[in-house]
Amino acid sequence: MIHSVTLAIAIRECRSLFMSPLAWTVLAVVQFILAWIFFAQIDNFFALQPQLQSLKSAPGVTDLVAAPLFNITSIVLLMVTPLMTMRLISEERRSGTIQLLMSSPVSMTQIVLGKYLGMMIFFSLFILQISLMPLSLYIGTELDTGKLLAGFLSIFLLIAAFVAVGLYLSSLTDNPTVAAVASFGLLLLLWIINTSAAESTDNLFNYLSLTQHSNAIIRGVIHSTDIIYFLLFITTFLGLSIRQLDSYRLQH
Amino acid sequence: MSKTTTSTTLIKATGINRYYGNTHAVKNLEFELHAGDILGFLGPNGAGKSTSMQILSGSLAPDAGQITINGFDLVENPTQAKQQLGYLPEQPPLYKELTVDEYLGYCAQLRKLDKNTIDSAISKAKQRCGLSDVGSKMINNLSKGYQQRVGIAQAIIHSPAVIILDEPTVGLDPIQIQEIRQLITELGEEHGIILSTHILPEVQAVCNRVQIIQQGELVYHNDMQSINAESQSSQTDFCFREKVNTQLFDSIDGVENIEILDNESLRISFSTDNSKADNAHRQLLKIVNEQSWTLLSMLPKTRSLEQIFIELTTNENSASTESTESAT
Repeated sequence: MIHSVTLAIAIRECRSLFMSPLAWTVLAVVQFILAWIFFAQIDNFFALQPQLQSLKSAPGVTDLVAAPLFNITSIVLLMVTPLMTMRLISEERRSGTIQLLMSSPVSMTQIVLGKYLGMMIFFSLFILQISLMPLSLYIGTELDTGKLLAGFLSIFLLIAAFVAVGLYLSSLTDNPTVAAVASFGLLLLLWIINTSAAESTDNLFNYLSLTQHSNAIIRGVIHSTDIIYFLLFITTFLGLSIRQLDSYRLQH
Repeated sequence: MSKTTTSTTLIKATGINRYYGNTHAVKNLEFELHAGDILGFLGPNGAGKSTSMQILSGSLAPDAGQITINGFDLVENPTQAKQQLGYLPEQPPLYKELTVDEYLGYCAQLRKLDKNTIDSAISKAKQRCGLSDVGSKMINNLSKGYQQRVGIAQAIIHSPAVIILDEPTVGLDPIQIQEIRQLITELGEEHGIILSTHILPEVQAVCNRVQIIQQGELVYHNDMQSINAESQSSQTDFCFREKVNTQLFDSIDGVENIEILDNESLRISFSTDNSKADNAHRQLLKIVNEQSWTLLSMLPKTRSLEQIFIELTTNENSASTESTESAT
């Protein structure tokens, strides 16, 4: 289904990522921070356990340890993804390697999808690494597997959305730093856009907000609206990136 | 792909125009490239060479005009057209964190080479560009000359019908320049090549056709053979050890004009009629002999590519500044 050229671009992207210290640093730092939070949550859980036992339908370890971990992960991702995606296209524009892609028999769609796929391969490793922490709880206790999977799904969809935004903003400039700042700004805006509309549950800002949709999934409630929101979000930004690359040949 | 197709048109460009804002960077560019051609694309800095190259390679869209590469329209069938194309931009498009082998493998995949042929294509390209020993080195650790060669290897890996090289010898040492020229000549036997440069001897060394672009316009276009033929002129510079009496030469039939350059050297214009000129030469040397003057050198003045280039680019320059002045 995926063209071999797309795959070649994805693999090149991934290879270059792991050649740079940035990817390793990000993985290490994020792992450290999240591990810290993970242990803190477990500590909390032990402290709360006596009180929990007296409750009738008490929240389980999945709610008290895994869900907060996913929440924090999504905030960390908000800051980290722009750093990873900033160079996707802007670096190629700056160094001139984009001319290799442009003069090759490759369509703009293949370029964009290849880059997107490459970044998603990296972040899949990221998710795998993060997931080991909640999964390790299986050693000592029972977990709500459904909720856990919902949490992973939420993280995956968030990453997919973040990367799409980062890719688009990276295609707009040949300065990676500008791309990073702009993606972070846009993502943060979409994150907090519904703060003023907290009271009413049914308005546009609420619908646009990334948190609104991801939080529902983390809680284990999977609405088709939320899934469609993410799919639309991703296709929109990928489509914009393809358009941007097409018009890049006209403008620069 | 056989050599019998020497007359096939590989590139046909018609009415190419490109603006950068208000600057008309390329004006009505029209030309053809045939198989077996090595076309030198000349022009001073900022004349629109690189822009034209980018347009031809499909990495920049023209505002108007049509380009077909080996029969495929660059706009309508970009994939097939670009398949026929190898392009080395001014700055080689290298991923410096990859090794030479990894990079060339990636380029081969981008050009959609068959999986089974990729390895042999890589080793052939490396061998042609003298990269066989550095395959496992990271591109970043290679010298500028080697990086340039990797850039050329990238452009020829899929043995395209057309190779576009934008200033391929910039920044190389004289030996490397010699090697790259040798390589270009070799490649020209099988591919059509466009070579953009502002180094004139380079064009004279490798190209068989020349095109001069000035302020976005094609101002000159000829093949190397006719340039060399044209360059035979009727003027000859003579240089003597001592001061000579030029009046003795005046009477020779066939000598049209004598210009005294300084005390010991003269520029003599001979008749354009060959037999008269030959006769004049003989008589002139006879007089020199009789007078026992010491003739140190005798240099026929040639109208070299360099002169053509300078004439065209400086004239055009002043003409166009005049026109812009009158326009404003």
